[in-house]
Amino acid sequence: MRYSGFRVIKEALTGHKGWKPVWREPEPKPHYDIVVIGGGGHGLATAHYLSKVYGQRNVAVVEKGWIGGGNVGRNTTIVRSNYMLDGNEPFYEFSMKLWEGLEQDLNYNAMMSQRGIINLFHTDGQRDAYIRRGNAMILNGADAELLDADQVRNEHPYLNFDDARFPIKGGLVQRRAGTARHDAVAWGFARSADMYGVDIIQNCEVTGLRIESGKCLGVETTKGFIGANKVGCAVAGSSGRVMSMAGMRLPIESHVLQAFVSEGLKPVLPSVITYGAGHFYVSQSDKGGLVFGGDIDGYNTYAQRGNLPVVEDVCEGGMALMPMIGRARLLRMWGGVMDMSMDGSPIIDRTPVEGLYFNGGWCYGGFKATPASGHCFAHLLARDEPHPVATAYRLDRFRTGRTIDEKGVGNQPNLH
Amino acid sequence: MIINHPLLGPRDASEFTYLGDASLIDRPDWQAENASEAFYEYGYLRDNPAGEHQELWYHEAGDRSWLVVTRNTLTHEISKVELARDVARARGRSK
Repeated sequence: MRYSGFRVIKEALTGHKGWKPVWREPEPKPHYDIVVIGGGGHGLATAHYLSKVYGQRNVAVVEKGWIGGGNVGRNTTIVRSNYMLDGNEPFYEFSMKLWEGLEQDLNYNAMMSQRGIINLFHTDGQRDAYIRRGNAMILNGADAELLDADQVRNEHPYLNFDDARFPIKGGLVQRRAGTARHDAVAWGFARSADMYGVDIIQNCEVTGLRIESGKCLGVETTKGFIGANKVGCAVAGSSGRVMSMAGMRLPIESHVLQAFVSEGLKPVLPSVITYGAGHFYVSQSDKGGLVFGGDIDGYNTYAQRGNLPVVEDVCEGGMALMPMIGRARLLRMWGGVMDMSMDGSPIIDRTPVEGLYFNGGWCYGGFKATPASGHCFAHLLARDEPHPVATAYRLDRFRTGRTIDEKGVGNQPNLH
Repeated sequence: MIINHPLLGPRDASEFTYLGDASLIDRPDWQAENASEAFYEYGYLRDNPAGEHQELWYHEAGDRSWLVVTRNTLTHEISKVELARDVARARGRSK
């Protein structure tokens, strides 16, 4: 069923009796061409692009719980392409362009809102770094704009400009950036993939990978064995657990990132804002809540909850940036498990096991990458070669020294 | 989280900084034949277990000792805290 304004009017006049469930609940077939492990944003996007762009119709997505119940259902919804390094920026700009056409592509309202992002700077050195980053963005076809303090004041008069220690000197703006409704992204990809015949199998946990003579033959699940010519793993957060079934150790640690939402307020924040003197980023949802977050907790964990020192640190960042936030009451907070990779950049690649492919290591920036991650992983699965914008995301780059370390902190995952 | 320091007693985890897997104590031999491969694995690959995990914490805002903490990554429960020095010596290191 295609959605349209006409459809809404028709259903309104006929008592809304014509709406159908947007995806089927199939039982697994004994064998598929491609099985994607993980029904989150990236796995469902992979299924969508596999079926729609790469013509693969005999595809299944297997999900342990319900689709969209992991990090795509628990993030701060920011979409942007303001990276600097060659390995990253073309990929994220590709993703940004996919976001811009996503709702038409999926025929689904993902509430994509290009309200812009501003990264504030507080020192001359930071200004230089942001100029460099902005130029790298422009060279890769993205948009970037440098604002001085007066221009920032004009757009965001409520910020703490004259802080004695960290005065706001200006900001780097990407106008095309913004936010999207995270759940709707997962549901939109799922609905589209389902319409192209992809089987989305929920409540089906992968308990093992069947590997014989170095080749992956399929997945053992709680609903029995499912054979596959190719298996793609897109389970960021749990990559270590799933890939250990293939005996692999990864350049990844699992960490928890906390995020916070205030009570609903009238519109106060016109765009996404990041603080340059501490780790704090904030936007306002369409419902009115201030959505914000900061650093990861910093220790290995698979528990979807964090500890209080980081809560304090994030709130201090918020108070330093915009003291008015102290008047808002916190409505809810949560923690999600992240694949923190050794250089802060993701991996989309084959593995040493034939027929087994890996997508992970998204750190805490996976949401913005969802469409491009799916597109590039589908390209890899369908054609057995990396997509041109994802050639740097190799699994062996740590062995060969070709790391993509945007922050320049080395192999210390909790600092990325 | 509270880390029960072997010398100082229970201390809040915010006094510590976290390094990572305690296997980082076992630095490979740089003169070995396979040193390049061993250092790649040492520097970049992790077991990243869901469950019991031995890890290095540094008491930065305290007595500056390195600790090996055995902690469950699913529950955050800490079952054992040792001085990293003692762990390293027990594994045959001189210091």
